[in-house]
Amino acid sequence: MKQAYFIRRLIMFFVVIVLAATLNFIIPRLSPGDPIGAVLEELRARGASTGGDAEDEIVAAYRARFGLDQPIHIQYFRFLFNTLRFDLGHSISYYPQKVEAALLRSLPWTAGLLAISTVMSFAAGSFFGAMMAWPRAPAFMRRFVPMFMVLSAVPYYLLGLILVYIFAFVMRLLPLGGAYSSGTIPRLDLDFLLDVIRHGILPALSIVLTSVGCWALSMRSVMVTVLGEDYLTLAEAKGLPDRRIFFAYAMRNALLPQVTSLAIALGDGGFWGSIGRGGLQLSRHRLAAL
Amino acid sequence: MNQDIALQVNNLRVSYMTGNREVKAVDDVSFSLYAGERLGIVGESGSGKTTLALALMRLHKPPAYIMGGEAILNGRDLLALEREEMRQTRWSKLSLIPQGSMNSLNPVVKIKHQMADAIEAHESGWTRSQIGKRIGELLGRVGLPESVAEMYPHELSGGMKQRVCIALAIILEPSVIIADEPTSALDVVVQRVVMQTLNDVQEELNAAMIIIGHDMGLMAQSADRLAVMYAGKMVEVSPIKSFFHDPQHPYSKLLISSLPSPEEKRDLAGIPGSQPSLLELPSGCAFHPRCPIAIEQCQQAIPPLRHIRSDRRVACDLVEDQAS
Repeated sequence: MKQAYFIRRLIMFFVVIVLAATLNFIIPRLSPGDPIGAVLEELRARGASTGGDAEDEIVAAYRARFGLDQPIHIQYFRFLFNTLRFDLGHSISYYPQKVEAALLRSLPWTAGLLAISTVMSFAAGSFFGAMMAWPRAPAFMRRFVPMFMVLSAVPYYLLGLILVYIFAFVMRLLPLGGAYSSGTIPRLDLDFLLDVIRHGILPALSIVLTSVGCWALSMRSVMVTVLGEDYLTLAEAKGLPDRRIFFAYAMRNALLPQVTSLAIALGDGGFWGSIGRGGLQLSRHRLAAL
Repeated sequence: MNQDIALQVNNLRVSYMTGNREVKAVDDVSFSLYAGERLGIVGESGSGKTTLALALMRLHKPPAYIMGGEAILNGRDLLALEREEMRQTRWSKLSLIPQGSMNSLNPVVKIKHQMADAIEAHESGWTRSQIGKRIGELLGRVGLPESVAEMYPHELSGGMKQRVCIALAIILEPSVIIADEPTSALDVVVQRVVMQTLNDVQEELNAAMIIIGHDMGLMAQSADRLAVMYAGKMVEVSPIKSFFHDPQHPYSKLLISSLPSPEEKRDLAGIPGSQPSLLELPSGCAFHPRCPIAIEQCQQAIPPLRHIRSDRRVACDLVEDQAS
């Protein structure tokens, strides 16, 4: 029974991978433009190519190097096979760099940033959400509701752009981009750590600010339900101090669905977010994964 | 009665405010609860029983408000206590066995922690092992194995949960226990056993107990006195035996005649009509539209709850006084 289930899931897993890889193979080929043409464009812009026969030779060489001279079905099976053994090949635009090197370089930063800011916004959002529903919380807590609603409606990249414009471009308080100052060598000491944090503040802030609203609002609605439960009346009847009822009876129970969402957000947002962004970069740089 | 009074309620009024209208759920209710006695309060749904119980513990939630009256426990008016004083009074002097015991225990906290925090909220200086011992002893007293302490509520049956609630209610040995329909969610066999447990522990503690419910059979077995509520008012308060043998208020009479009896074969009578909406109470006595003996006068004045005997009170002008 368990084995059958496991095997079924495993087969599903492979089908999904192959389907995803197939889509990844087809879509770039449907889009207009040609990766090698783009590279040539760049070469021309730098004055490195003058066109003519020499250029045709370069194109042919590139095509042969990336296997683009082969018939389409051969390309497809080579692509599938290479993907299955995690060989993403060389990057066309960053040639001769390997694609996975480019991915691996940015993956830990993206994943780390997303994980930390997701946990931060989860903690803050859940606490604020609980307070917004608590009848004996200070009255100003309830005024956060519309603010969180607005924030949760703003996409993080838009808020990110606004924040970068204000704090990095106009006020010049924080760096414009990158994970650490160019020229510094990554090492484990306080200076480097502070540098990384300085670079992380804006992207983290854009993610935290846009997602904290969702956490707070969902926490608030679960909390309202929990507050109507019989065990809360009994907790109050027992004469427990407010603080104890809030944390041990109301918030603890309301957190259950929140924790489920957190796991989904970390797995889904963190993993797919970073892979997805890697993918975005792939297409932006027109890296044919061959 | 020259017993000590455990809880004296005077002219208690609790209303639900809906818009600009005031719905009087508990209207001018006064009664005494004597030490060690079991007072049953019966009434139809919506007659104000549960509102009364919650208001005595000040657990009523808006839109319910206490509009007036007093509830004196140990010489102090519960309704006038500061928030913190009220918190300290709850459970140590006045505990509750809730209506929905199925959901009255926190599903994600072990039984022992839910019992321990009642002690911790009121007493200081108990060691962990003392608390553990006390919990084990209480669980034993309500007929549960000690291992229940380590369980979560979902691991218990309905009857077991109700026993846990009983054990919880006596953990600080309060002088008054309010049991709000303590057995309504249980099947009849479990009901009897749980009720027996409840009566036993109440007798051991010599605590006074208010039992709220609408199961007349249960009341006949457990209560010492019975109070009948109708549309927010108490219409009869009487010793249990006199009540069942010789009900006085017309509503009480109809209630009794609607109960099956094993001794005599007769047709069961219902009570014609239904309870009035509290928003549109009839003038005068609220029961007059359904009352078989109502006369003109009943539509004008609200009959007061008066003594017809030293130990019986009835809110009906047509009932004659009895010799004690």
